[in-house]
Amino acid sequence: MKKYQKGFIVMLPDELRRTLQTQIARAEDPREQAVDVMLHLQRHYGYLTDEALEEGACLLGMTPLELEELATFYDFIYREPVGRYVRHVCDGVVCWMNGYGTVLDYLRLRLGVGPAETTKDGMFTILPTACIGYCDLSPAMLVNGRPYGPLTPEKIDDILKRLRETTVPPRLAR
Amino acid sequence: MAATYPQVLLQNRKPNRIATLDEYRHSGGYEALATVLKKHAPKEVQQIVLDANLQGRGGAGFPAGMKWKAVADDYPFPRYIITNIDEMEPGTFKDRIMTHVDPHMIIEGSILAGYAVSAAKAFIFVRPSYENSARILEREIGIAKEDGYLGKNILGSDFSFELIVHRSGGRYICGEGTAQINALMGLRPRPQQSPPRSTEKGVWEKPTVLNNMETLVNVPHIVRNGPDWFKGLAKTKTSSGTKLYCVSGKVNRPGCYELPMGTRLSEIIDEHGGGMLPGSDFKTCLPGGASTSYLQKKDYDVEMDFDGVKKANNRLGTGAVIVFDQKTCLVAATLNLMDFFVRESCGWCTPCREGLPFIRDLIWRIEQGEGKEEFIPLLRTMSAHTWKSYCAFAPGATMPVVSLIERFPEEVHEHISQKRCPYETQREIPDRRMER
Repeated sequence: MKKYQKGFIVMLPDELRRTLQTQIARAEDPREQAVDVMLHLQRHYGYLTDEALEEGACLLGMTPLELEELATFYDFIYREPVGRYVRHVCDGVVCWMNGYGTVLDYLRLRLGVGPAETTKDGMFTILPTACIGYCDLSPAMLVNGRPYGPLTPEKIDDILKRLRETTVPPRLAR
Repeated sequence: MAATYPQVLLQNRKPNRIATLDEYRHSGGYEALATVLKKHAPKEVQQIVLDANLQGRGGAGFPAGMKWKAVADDYPFPRYIITNIDEMEPGTFKDRIMTHVDPHMIIEGSILAGYAVSAAKAFIFVRPSYENSARILEREIGIAKEDGYLGKNILGSDFSFELIVHRSGGRYICGEGTAQINALMGLRPRPQQSPPRSTEKGVWEKPTVLNNMETLVNVPHIVRNGPDWFKGLAKTKTSSGTKLYCVSGKVNRPGCYELPMGTRLSEIIDEHGGGMLPGSDFKTCLPGGASTSYLQKKDYDVEMDFDGVKKANNRLGTGAVIVFDQKTCLVAATLNLMDFFVRESCGWCTPCREGLPFIRDLIWRIEQGEGKEEFIPLLRTMSAHTWKSYCAFAPGATMPVVSLIERFPEEVHEHISQKRCPYETQREIPDRRMER
């Protein structure tokens, strides 16, 4: 990822720009779309980069600071680089009692990283997260929005293997 | 064998599949909408729902009909509905189940609410963990639109209505009505005290009615079958309808069960939840999510409706029963809950921002074996301070704390006198530590 410089705006692909513009135009007020625009941009850039923030603000008719005010509030908006797959491991009370600790230990063992860290190959980030609403499948986690549970070491191995096989590791510039 | 009850909300539940529009229609879906548009004025719909005593399912139990009636005739237009699927109360997952069972019931319920208050648009507010639900709803809204249930002049009437899926970025506080309205407007989501009520000035200063999704899915059935039928569904006189109870924790069959409102807790856990796991005995439960109190074994037979649980000095909340067994340390569980609340506090007011981390720290020390007897009155005082906070978040957060020291004092004393956690099997400390 290029380092942010003042006055340097990365151009969004036309298609994404048009999608966002249409969406914003349909809204009662552009600000209504702020979170959605941030989610789109972060999917595109990998995380909500400073450029993305500026672009988003520009599209929404807000100042970057106003958008930052929202970006920093939400736990599903990433303002720092994250891996290709973000694992939101649920540490809600039900998952906690059903083995969240073991899940985290096992992930640490297999990936060599702990909470809020990203693997060296840029593939995985682990983020412990407030109850994700999958208590019937606990212990549970979300991987890029997709739920998995109840988690066992075998199931975690399985998920890791599948994701590694189907994904080319991203080039990480840091 | 668990007793079986008539299924209303989950009547089209199928293993691993979402009910289609045709299946929903086949079960009587969209009949209520057609009837209402032909025969009933908006006021009549309000009255039907009020007569049915439909209590808000999001936790407060406020009658939905009363909320709708609060939108006065001379209030301006356009008006808005918000269907709340933020559902971040730990232990609660009924809204997710509902969107995966019968999305059109949610759509019809939202349209009927819109008609009742002459609104032009509804926003379905969905948390990011439920991206699948958001996609399902978007797809089904498109289908409903094609068949004339949404859009301009619905079913040939002069009522037009739009339904929008609004994605959130997370955070528990967004489930709070006024914070959600701020979130929707792209403002930093913090609660807002009334007056004015959001039914008068909500989204963009326009009248806004915000209902929990589970409240709204009841509306088509009430309109179709009448208030008396709806009241008859409940087991108790003070409540009505069915409830989507979520059971989780140390039970054999965690899941979401539709049972008559007022079903006894013992039946919910022993029969529907499949009883305790082998080797587990019931110690306590949180009857309605994280911001309710630990329930004592003597209340095991409590009738799970708003009044019944209140009589046991507790709250029905979202009806999410989190079951703890004798091997689970309640001090550690409370520490986990406080971690959650500390993290999720919006930080707006001091009792919440400062008080909760302080309480968390005391509980952490007790769990670590560094607790002192004088911490207990201190926990009580600090918890009382949270009642001075700006919204209901912090008082709710301290309910597990207060009930821990009131109802399970021996467990706290044991930690203090033994200078360690007596529960060896429990994994000690959550990893997110906030040392002061």
